[in-house]
Amino acid sequence: MTRGFYSAAIVFFILIVITPAVAGIVAQLISLPSLALSADVASRMREAVAWSFVIGLVVSSLDVLAGIPLAWLIVRTQGNWTKIVDSLADIPFVVPTVALGFSILEFWGPSGGVAQLFGASNAVPPGAILIMLLHFAFSFPVIVRVMVGEFLNYRETYEVAARTLGASSFTAVRTVTMPILRPAILAAFLLALARSLSETGATIVVAGAFENGTVFISNARSSNLTSAVVIASLIMIVSSLVVFALIKVFTPRVRVAPLRVWPNLERKLSKSPVVSARNAISLIVFFVFVLLPCLFIALPAVEAVAAGTAREAIAGAGPWKAFWSSMFLSYVVAVLATIVNIVSGLPVAILIARNKFGRKLARIIDALVDLPIIVPSLALGVSLSFFWRNMGALPEFWVIVLAHTTITYSYFVRTMAASIQGIAPELEDAATTLGAMPLRVFRKVTLPLTKYSLLSGAILVFTRSVDETGATSAVAVTLKTAPILLVSWIRGTVPVTPAERALGVGFLVATSFLALVMLRLIAIRQPARKVA
Amino acid sequence: MPTVSFDNVSKKFGRVVALERVSFDVKDGEYVCVLGPTGSGKTTLLKLMAGLLQPDAGAIYFDGKSVNKVAAQGRNAVYVPQQYALFPHLTVLQNVAFGPLARGKSPSIALETASKALDLVRLSWRAQALPNELSGGMQQRVALARGLASGAGLLLLDEPLGALDARLRLDLRHKLRDLVKQSGFTAVHVTHDQDEAMSVGDQIMVLRNGGIQDYGLPRRTYRRPANIFVANMIGGASFLEGMVDTTVGETALISLRGGLTVQASSKNLTLTAPVILALRKECIRISRNHLEMENVFKGEIRDVRFLGNSREYLIRIPNGDVIASRQFAEDGRDEFEMGEEVLVGFLEGDAMVFEYPARGLRQELEIA
Repeated sequence: MTRGFYSAAIVFFILIVITPAVAGIVAQLISLPSLALSADVASRMREAVAWSFVIGLVVSSLDVLAGIPLAWLIVRTQGNWTKIVDSLADIPFVVPTVALGFSILEFWGPSGGVAQLFGASNAVPPGAILIMLLHFAFSFPVIVRVMVGEFLNYRETYEVAARTLGASSFTAVRTVTMPILRPAILAAFLLALARSLSETGATIVVAGAFENGTVFISNARSSNLTSAVVIASLIMIVSSLVVFALIKVFTPRVRVAPLRVWPNLERKLSKSPVVSARNAISLIVFFVFVLLPCLFIALPAVEAVAAGTAREAIAGAGPWKAFWSSMFLSYVVAVLATIVNIVSGLPVAILIARNKFGRKLARIIDALVDLPIIVPSLALGVSLSFFWRNMGALPEFWVIVLAHTTITYSYFVRTMAASIQGIAPELEDAATTLGAMPLRVFRKVTLPLTKYSLLSGAILVFTRSVDETGATSAVAVTLKTAPILLVSWIRGTVPVTPAERALGVGFLVATSFLALVMLRLIAIRQPARKVA
Repeated sequence: MPTVSFDNVSKKFGRVVALERVSFDVKDGEYVCVLGPTGSGKTTLLKLMAGLLQPDAGAIYFDGKSVNKVAAQGRNAVYVPQQYALFPHLTVLQNVAFGPLARGKSPSIALETASKALDLVRLSWRAQALPNELSGGMQQRVALARGLASGAGLLLLDEPLGALDARLRLDLRHKLRDLVKQSGFTAVHVTHDQDEAMSVGDQIMVLRNGGIQDYGLPRRTYRRPANIFVANMIGGASFLEGMVDTTVGETALISLRGGLTVQASSKNLTLTAPVILALRKECIRISRNHLEMENVFKGEIRDVRFLGNSREYLIRIPNGDVIASRQFAEDGRDEFEMGEEVLVGFLEGDAMVFEYPARGLRQELEIA
């Protein structure tokens, strides 16, 4: 019975996650009359793809550097305010990506907030740097979310042992905690990298004349260079898979370099003024480079509330009627996608973490799981719409739900697999020999121990689903999710005032944020006492 | 190597009192075993010494200087947790070299110190292995080597042998003590195994509910335990309730509950005071026909337990109490059968007399 359960999950994974993600691209590849590119398009493409990787690797590294101290602060600092920071870290997830692009542009850009406050010379023109600022903002929370979960599950005995051996707290964390948590850091890094490599909608907004891989694909599509779209998509997918595989294969094998300690320096770094300074810097980085730029587009919402627009909006007047039905649709889709993800993703996460059905299969699935997030979102949209158009019978609503499942699948499985790997298998064995059936073992032992990670995974899925724009617009024909509607407001295809636009984004951000806070309260406050 | 002193140290966790007004001294180079049931405050005591916990009240001194404000890494006290906490990502050698490196030794000196410590525990041949490739006993030795190499002077061992199988525990406990002694460390070794505590400790401390019940040489705590809890914890005994009838010099006549009068040597007993008489197993003699002792009476064998080199008998004496006796298998000693009528006896000087505890006998003996 268990076997059947896992098999069903694998079949679902292959049919609903992997196939739709690449079917369209592969089909187009086959149907193309010729794969030849003109020399200048080819060189443009090469350069753009290379830039994608440069930006992705730089941004993900910076994310890790800035995200770990913040996650540490959230977990290890006393006081309730860190819980607030923890919740605020989710905000960039809930801003629809395209809105995020405009928000970043309006914050850092030539006619933006920074330019007005500090002079136009301090503005960041559209291009590679602005793309980096954008990618940093939306991939930063991924790192924080994953690392907070890991730090909470980490047993402190190792650190304690290190400290009584004479190591300062900085040394203990650097030489003991971080190396032990390396798999998690790697997983977080790869999620951030994948997000940076594949994001299209927001990147176009801030790219200007600059091209990275995804912008190139988008531009090629506008100029009807179908073969360039297909080839560039494939190159992005294949090279991402290769980079991922290389990082994964080689990182664990690198033996820890000879253990070096710089006691005096590190003791100084452990002192409380330095720690306070570090905390202050990570908070400033978070507020200035992540939170504020993400919310900038929603700031005029404050004026809108004052001017009475909010009352009209809540009453559902004018454009707001469509807005509220879009919101409703988005949330229903997000809830369903999250549920489908948990049900279909958990067995796969266990399978990867515990090498069920052998090591080889686990490794293959492990590698494939990342596919949906490394396919550039535009290519993913093309693929998804191709796949579902040919499936015919399914109603559009369910197509959107399943498309969202595909898009968000990796987040959930990655987070859970990493977390389950961190639990001693003996615990599960003990429960089994105590007579518990596999499902019970999972519910009573594995699940409670990975609760925070399950929540993190669910948050990633839910928020990704609520804010996803690019790929959804490719599969949605008549239905409009909230981000799609807001993009049409932002782009001006539907006439609305800037205040209304800000208010619309504000409503989406506020409601998703509230939903997250509630999810968190339900999951964490509930005492885990009930045994039966 | 440091001396350690606790001066009225208290520690609470919420409403639970883990330690209350605890004072004691550990001398330089001494090996102290802390014995106590679960929840008696043993681990709290270690963690306070290590600087992993801060006392709510009182002061802790190393070499006469207060260390209340000194953080764990500055204390020269290395805590070896029960499960060893060997760093899983570092080799055995790197684990052992961690301490000297953390304390600022150059890598070459640190590795040399580590190699020596590994030689000491005879694990040099596993220097490049990862901890999870070692057996439990080896891991324990690596943890010890890591402590010895750390450059600390005080070794805090939390149930160091607790995770090992019984045979290995017996082998290792003396090796453990010898290595610690050779290296000149002051050591505090927490255990709930009284045999272990007796055989390795220079001093034994018995803890209960956050308070010290007894602290002294193993021989003294065994022969003259401070109270019946300690008598029970160290060695065990049969406890009989009674009342002081008369005293003649240092001899008291005590009438046991159920009407049986015995002689015991003891000072400072008040007439008619309720007392507890504690009798060690090995002090109770059994014979079929003749015993030459101050206290001899009839008994019936109720149970026999075969222990290899000895036998243990449970004997009912005329007042209805049941006492335990251990008889070693010497040449010519009789062996007794269930239900047999025998003579039971003990010397006046072997009986330990305690004041009747205010909380009652049963509560006083309760371990948890």
